[in-house]
Amino acid sequence: MSTMHYARAFVGIVWRELLRFLQQRERFLAALVRPLIWLIIFAAGFRAALGISIIPPYQTYITYDVYITPGLLAMIQLFQGMQSSLSMVYDREMGSMRVLLTTPLPRWFLLVARLFAGVIVSLFQVYAFVLVAYFCGVELPPLGYLAALPALILTGMMFGSLGMLLSSTIKQLENFAGIMNFVIFPMFFASSALYPLWKMREGSLWLYQICLYNPFTWAVELIRFAFYLEINWTALGVVTGCTVLFLALSVWAYDPSFGIQQRKVGVAAG
Amino acid sequence: MQKQAGKNGSSETPVLTVENVSYWYGTKQALDDVSFKVFPGRVTALLGPNGAGKSTLFSLITRLFDAPEGRIEICGKSAAQWGAKALAPLGVVFQQPTLDLDLTVKQNLRYFAALRGLNRKDADRRMLAALNALDMAERIGERVRALNGGHRRRVEIARGLLHDPKLLLLDEPTIGLDDPTRRAIVRHVHALAKSENIGVLWATHLFDEVEPDDALLVIDRGKIVARGDAKDVVAETGARDLGGAFRLLIGGEADEDVAA
Repeated sequence: MSTMHYARAFVGIVWRELLRFLQQRERFLAALVRPLIWLIIFAAGFRAALGISIIPPYQTYITYDVYITPGLLAMIQLFQGMQSSLSMVYDREMGSMRVLLTTPLPRWFLLVARLFAGVIVSLFQVYAFVLVAYFCGVELPPLGYLAALPALILTGMMFGSLGMLLSSTIKQLENFAGIMNFVIFPMFFASSALYPLWKMREGSLWLYQICLYNPFTWAVELIRFAFYLEINWTALGVVTGCTVLFLALSVWAYDPSFGIQQRKVGVAAG
Repeated sequence: MQKQAGKNGSSETPVLTVENVSYWYGTKQALDDVSFKVFPGRVTALLGPNGAGKSTLFSLITRLFDAPEGRIEICGKSAAQWGAKALAPLGVVFQQPTLDLDLTVKQNLRYFAALRGLNRKDADRRMLAALNALDMAERIGERVRALNGGHRRRVEIARGLLHDPKLLLLDEPTIGLDDPTRRAIVRHVHALAKSENIGVLWATHLFDEVEPDDALLVIDRGKIVARGDAKDVVAETGARDLGGAFRLLIGGEADEDVAA
């Protein structure tokens, strides 16, 4: 297979994902409305109740809505990762996954291309939200919008590969809602998205420990630091490591020799 | 790569070789030492009741999962050795519909063409040719959701042919279609096999989709129980027609599982 074949297939996979996304306007609106509710309603209430002390990467006092914005961006990406995995389960049930998996290209490449397609869709959502947040008064460092892009790509890949891994373990579409509740909400709440870790430690030591082991925390911190043109190396290490781990497990799960897909993409009859 | 004397005595190279393939789901054996070849320009019908192992066999040939035992070669390339690359000369129409309902016919075919590495210009040209051959060209801009079952099937067949495959796998492609549409598809695929010199493996449980000159494999409980030209298989069993031959071969279960 030539390089051009790989390139065309990659573009084709991304293009299909974008087409599907553009046709689902409700999905785009939901992706924006959910974090906006947090930003406009939740953050407005907490702004008065919760003071944020000066903690890295911030060099001055910030308002609560500025603090939770990176967490909301990570939430958008987490939802998109789960949405993408839902779409993989749907494709598997509807059969269109077979078209992808019988392509004469390595399985890992097809999965990575699919993962990137989801990341690109998540970036559209993230930057649309950042724009709306700007008009709601959330101002971040101007260069940060660009500097955060690599961090957002990496975090998008981590959530996408987690979603892909989940999609390989889910037998039926109906089971997916439960999985989403067990993944999205615990990950979001037990993280530094809504409160800084030091505040969490003051409240509950065991919850603080959970937050430390939650990859979502590190995704939020990676984005937060990137917006202020800094690199949180621990966050970078954790997010990169988790991405590699989740992706490797997904490739294994979808591998025709060793994976667990044959129990699901297998045979309907005959 | 093995060569065999073809039907007309000429030397032909198989486009598909399945040799000693067995497969288990846990402790349940789905395929038991299955061997056969498919040659270019011919339709090979794989006839068997539901649950006989046809779809399992297709899943192994298309490498949805690997065969732990036996050898599968597509145009001389072993799937175990060449991996996904071995699938390049393969066109597939799965039993389950696989088109994206929210995309148009054109978008579906372009997506597939991209996966097969075709450039946009080539893809559009082939797309029109394939759809024209199946009387579907005027529906190219419509969403698949708006098409009926027969038209969707035609689009799937057009998609399977887009990259000029040497081997076309059809897994019960006419399921759920009305009789005239079914017959039209059977005629079209048989004509295509001859005109384009494509080897076709057609899994079915419907006798009237098998023509007397087709190569026939009868599969039951994961085993090939009869093989040869369809008319010869009928003659050998002493039955009046393929339905009768089939009932004799699989021990009278055809009434329930197989329709004429």
